[in-house]
Amino acid sequence: MKTKVAYFGVFTALALIFSYVETLIPIHLGIPGIKLGLANLIVLLVLFKMGTKEAYILTVVRILLAGFLFGSMFSILYSLAGGLVSLTGMWLLKNIDKFSIVGISMVGGVLHNIGQLVVAGFVLETFGVIYYFPVLFVSGTLTGILIGFIAGEMLKRLHKI
Amino acid sequence: MRKNDFILFAFLLLIAATGYLLYAKLGNREAGMVRVSVDGEVFGTYSLKEDKEIVIHDSNIILIQDECVDMIEADCPDQICVKHKIISKNLETIVCLPNKVVVEIVGGENAVHDALAN
Repeated sequence: MKTKVAYFGVFTALALIFSYVETLIPIHLGIPGIKLGLANLIVLLVLFKMGTKEAYILTVVRILLAGFLFGSMFSILYSLAGGLVSLTGMWLLKNIDKFSIVGISMVGGVLHNIGQLVVAGFVLETFGVIYYFPVLFVSGTLTGILIGFIAGEMLKRLHKI
Repeated sequence: MRKNDFILFAFLLLIAATGYLLYAKLGNREAGMVRVSVDGEVFGTYSLKEDKEIVIHDSNIILIQDECVDMIEADCPDQICVKHKIISKNLETIVCLPNKVVVEIVGGENAVHDALAN
């Protein structure tokens, strides 16, 4: 139990750092919302190594910390929507047990973007944001594949945890 | 990777492609107006053909030029809307989330977007 708490702390710290690193990567493709989703790497590891409950706690803690440190109340709202929808989708897919971590991460990436888009639609009271839907769908899929591959390789090497 | 992953990948891309085609089809119609909304309420509708600088509630400034719209200034912290690409086609949108400003291109007489929204 003691080591579990320690590992959770380490993972939270890592996820937070990744959130920060993410803000340093200047990708401006003219469409907002396209990003790597590095923190999802840690969420995937925790989901596979520690459990569902831990993954949810990590997501919420990470978003609150990152939001207060680098973002605003707004970014917290959007990140929470994206993060929780994404995690729920990944958890469901993991339970179905028909997909590898790459497929799970793919869906996570897409759902993250969709969650944020839906919240943006509600906050702005407009359908206009669906304009971003196709491009965010594709970018979520591609970054999800990348993150899924890396997470898979990390899991292979982390069998001691 | 499992076989199911590839099926999932194809499925996701198919949805995105469908969405894109649908959008391209709707977006192809003549673009004529720019509609600016703040917090869900219409702030103003302007013609794309008239070059103009519009100040929105002292928080954002958009520029209409050569039938394109660009967000040139905003007081929001993230500046995502300012970095956004210039828009010109029907249904294209620039959003400033912190200020709740939405700049949309809408059709002239028969606005497709209104038909969708209704």
